[in-house]
Amino acid sequence: MIRFENVVKRFDGRAVLDGVSFEVAKGEVLAVVGPSGTGKSVTLKHLVRLLTPTSGKVWLEDVEISAATGRTLEAVRERFGYLFQGGALLGWLTVAENVALPLRERLRLPDGEVESRVAEALAAVEMLDAADRYPAEISGGMQKRAGLARAIVRHSDIILYDEPTSGLDPVTSVTINRLIRRLNRERGITSIVVTHDLQGALLFADRILMLKSGHVVELSAPETFVRSTNPEVREFLDAQFITPDLLEKKL
Amino acid sequence: MRITREPSYEDAPKWQVEALRRHVVTFFANVGHAGRLAVESLACLPGVLARGDSRASLVRQLYVAGIRTLPVISVVGLFTGMILGLQVGLALSQFNQESLLGATVMLTLIREMGPFVTGICLSACVGSAMAAELGTMTVNDEVAALEIMSISPVKYLAAPRIGALLLMSPILAFYACVLGVVGGGLVGYTQLNVPFQQYMASAISIAGVKDLFVGLLKATIFGVVIGAVGCHEGFTTRLGAVGVGRATQRSVIISFLLILMFGYMVTRMFYFEFSV
Ligand SMILES: Nc1ncnc2c1ncn2[C@@H]1O[C@H](COP(=O)(O)OP(=O)(O)OP(=O)(O)O)[C@@H](O)[C@H]1O
Ligand SMILES: [Mg+2]
Repeated sequence: MIRFENVVKRFDGRAVLDGVSFEVAKGEVLAVVGPSGTGKSVTLKHLVRLLTPTSGKVWLEDVEISAATGRTLEAVRERFGYLFQGGALLGWLTVAENVALPLRERLRLPDGEVESRVAEALAAVEMLDAADRYPAEISGGMQKRAGLARAIVRHSDIILYDEPTSGLDPVTSVTINRLIRRLNRERGITSIVVTHDLQGALLFADRILMLKSGHVVELSAPETFVRSTNPEVREFLDAQFITPDLLEKKL
Repeated sequence: MRITREPSYEDAPKWQVEALRRHVVTFFANVGHAGRLAVESLACLPGVLARGDSRASLVRQLYVAGIRTLPVISVVGLFTGMILGLQVGLALSQFNQESLLGATVMLTLIREMGPFVTGICLSACVGSAMAAELGTMTVNDEVAALEIMSISPVKYLAAPRIGALLLMSPILAFYACVLGVVGGGLVGYTQLNVPFQQYMASAISIAGVKDLFVGLLKATIFGVVIGAVGCHEGFTTRLGAVGVGRATQRSVIISFLLILMFGYMVTRMFYFEFSV
């Protein structure tokens, strides 16, 4: 459904992505892991053409995202929900108004429906209490969850999560990981989750993609991933004391 | 208009000359993009006025651009007039022509200095703040979030800001002129013994509709320039907090340069070619 074809992305002469190819099937949950600064966020941004590859192509079904403009690009973006690494809430709107924004400004839904969908999304991320507060008044983790509510409120069929659980306490992290899995099971939402929480990823993802220095180092199901003999993957796993028996707790 | 958040060159320049060339090319490219942003924003304005939410944001920007800058513009306008009054008055008094003081101050203010000082104030107070605010939003991915929701940042963010400056700039320039003329009159009366009535009579008799029109036209153009440059620099901010600082600085420098250039061009157009 989503396909990266040999994508190279350079900034100021430095290749951040250096020939990245992979595919994501419809209804799949793909976790993207890797050290800081390897271009995980950059990879996600290519999917909605916030960035354009230096060379290579990005496809959504038969639409070339990396060349889409105008109405085509709007139609592509319509299909994505996006949780940004920092939440990216607008400072002068309350949490509820932020979540309502895509419904009000774009879909122009009637007020009653907007309210019920906003409440539903906020409830899913356990943020109903903070609905009327401004982003500056809530913690980073809460901003993250509000951003997540905004990403899911549009009922889009693909959701991109950029570090949904970083900065959250362990209990909330598990709730969010469960939510990602539940959205996928109940609504068939295709998900790409960038995360540092490898343990969580092994439990909720269908496949795991590891990026390092602009290359795909490993792309496999959790069962294979934990037993990988690739030294870079091993190093990554051992640093977090992950062993194959972890998989028994699968979400 | 697609907002790019990438460097325009993918490799580092090999030679100093090449780096210089790129700076020049980038400057003009930026001015061109800012111009396009201005045109697109102005085209959106009717749409902004049509909807309640966006009308509210226009009103907020009108307040920011118009009301909050009043104190600064009052002081600057008054003192500009006083300085003009003093300098011109001293020169005129050498030829015993103090009676022309009002006319000279009025013409200088309305044709040139009023719009100019207003532009400088707006660019320093409002344009820079726009660049900083939008720049912060850009580096925090807030602008990207709008784009993904297919909410046009041009319509949602730039149009109310540029529209507010478009409306407010001529009003403020007129206000600065009025205060300046009064300031010049005060100086004339207290330091040079020019009766205030005579001063005002001379000032009012000289000011023609054309002068007022050209002055306000200049101010309007300056307003759009400041807004467009501020928003464009904000939208193209990269590289975190450092980038926001740089965008703010650049917005002020670029609008200063453009204010001078447009000021000259408009003057040249109306006072040279049409009325030799
Ligand atoms: N717009 C840009 N202009 C220049 N360089 C950029 C830009 N966006 C990203 N980069 C660079 O690309 C590299 C990868 O960034 P990215 O944000 O994708 O890392 P990441 O894998 O998400 O890291 P983290 O886990 O810390 O979020 C970084 O070195 C960053 O400096
Ligand atoms: Mg990242």
